[in-house]
Amino acid sequence: MAEVAEKQVAEPIFSKKNRKLLTDPLNGNNPITVQVLGICSALAVTVQVAPAIVMSIGLMLVTAFSNLFISMLRNTIPSRIRIIVQLAVVSVFVILVDQVLKAYVYDVSKQLSVFTGLIITNCIVMGRLEAFAMANKPIPSFLDGIGNGLGYGLILVTIAVFRELFGSGSILGYKIFEAMNITYTGNGLLMLPAGACMMVGIYIWIQRSLNGYREED
Amino acid sequence: MSQPNEKPDFRQSNVYIIIYSVVLTVVCGVLLAIAALGLKPAQDANIEMEKKQNILSAAGIKTATREDAAKLYEEKVSAYAVDFTGKKVDKVDVSKLDLAAESKKKPKERILPIYEISNKKGEKAEFFVVPVYGFGLWNDIWGYIALKGDVTTINGVKFDHKGETPGLGARIATDEIQKRYIGKKIFKDSKLTPIFMEKGEQGGGDRSIAVFKDMPDKVDGMSGATITGVGLSNMLDDYLKCYESFFKGKLGNNKVASN
Repeated sequence: MAEVAEKQVAEPIFSKKNRKLLTDPLNGNNPITVQVLGICSALAVTVQVAPAIVMSIGLMLVTAFSNLFISMLRNTIPSRIRIIVQLAVVSVFVILVDQVLKAYVYDVSKQLSVFTGLIITNCIVMGRLEAFAMANKPIPSFLDGIGNGLGYGLILVTIAVFRELFGSGSILGYKIFEAMNITYTGNGLLMLPAGACMMVGIYIWIQRSLNGYREED
Repeated sequence: MSQPNEKPDFRQSNVYIIIYSVVLTVVCGVLLAIAALGLKPAQDANIEMEKKQNILSAAGIKTATREDAAKLYEEKVSAYAVDFTGKKVDKVDVSKLDLAAESKKKPKERILPIYEISNKKGEKAEFFVVPVYGFGLWNDIWGYIALKGDVTTINGVKFDHKGETPGLGARIATDEIQKRYIGKKIFKDSKLTPIFMEKGEQGGGDRSIAVFKDMPDKVDGMSGATITGVGLSNMLDDYLKCYESFFKGKLGNNKVASN
């Protein structure tokens, strides 16, 4: 991680540096395809587009707000128990998200089942807290959280679009192929996590050949 | 993360750490308690509506949304409770009954809900839906069994679970498994035959249904989920036996009516 704590003068919220915090995770520093974090939920909740969108929003809120709060508390947190403190803050937000989903989008929350709860252990959240929020001011941290949530969501939704379209022939439950009078038999492989894993692989391949990113030896 | 400090940092002392964790815990706990209390009514309403939807769908009445289901339920379903001997139990609010707790009691002490579905409330019952509750491999499983007016033929079932293994035991919640129960019979020559789930699987899908076509008290099993299957069979056995007297009463009535 290249982020270092820097002395920041009062700067506008959408300064160039802060904009970079939002856009970087979309491509050059994407949590899933570049840092390869949060794969497990990316495989599990991308069978359909709707749960993928809800999961992304959930994760974005959790990363953003836990980043914000941890960053505000960063100078008071005893370093010996910092992971537990981070975990406690993350858990609170995750449980809040879970409870809200159960109350207002019950069907989606049933589809997401354990995966909302598993945001707690999602490496992206903890990773951003450790790598960024512990060393940066609240507002950049908040933006970093939003950015990483967006980066995660981008991959999730892209994969989900392909999986739902070619796996069950629909998008957001709307039967695309039927509407176009094409007989389409869903590809069973795409409905399975293995199919999702291949999709992520292909995405990483395309992305890296486009932006020339290489793992350092 | 340790920063260079001239004097020993109070933030690294045990007292500070203990106070910090206590305060953090209390703050987090209070926040969650408020959220849980505030959202409970909306969550309970969802669960209640889902239950109504499940009862209807076991009887083969499909509804698009939970709100539709709740409306239809009001029109078609009359719910009441009976005891082990099949006698009606008064003063029981069926919707408030905690099935998980009831299933822990001895069969003779249980209060048993019945959902009678008719074309319109008060008319002759087309379906009798009874709830079942038991234990799978990891945790509780439950469901609804819808019997046709003859109190013998299963019109449809609906199962759900708390934590069966995804892809194996969790399949009890899928249409594929639930379809296997359609048309099975719980009485043979007025002897109760709770449907038994076999071990092993004969190919899944329509094949599984075809193989067991001539066995009215058996259904095909789930490969890799034998224990969940056994739990399912035990659940039906346990609960249908409780309802035996009630069912037999209805059977008798039907015979008189048909003569």
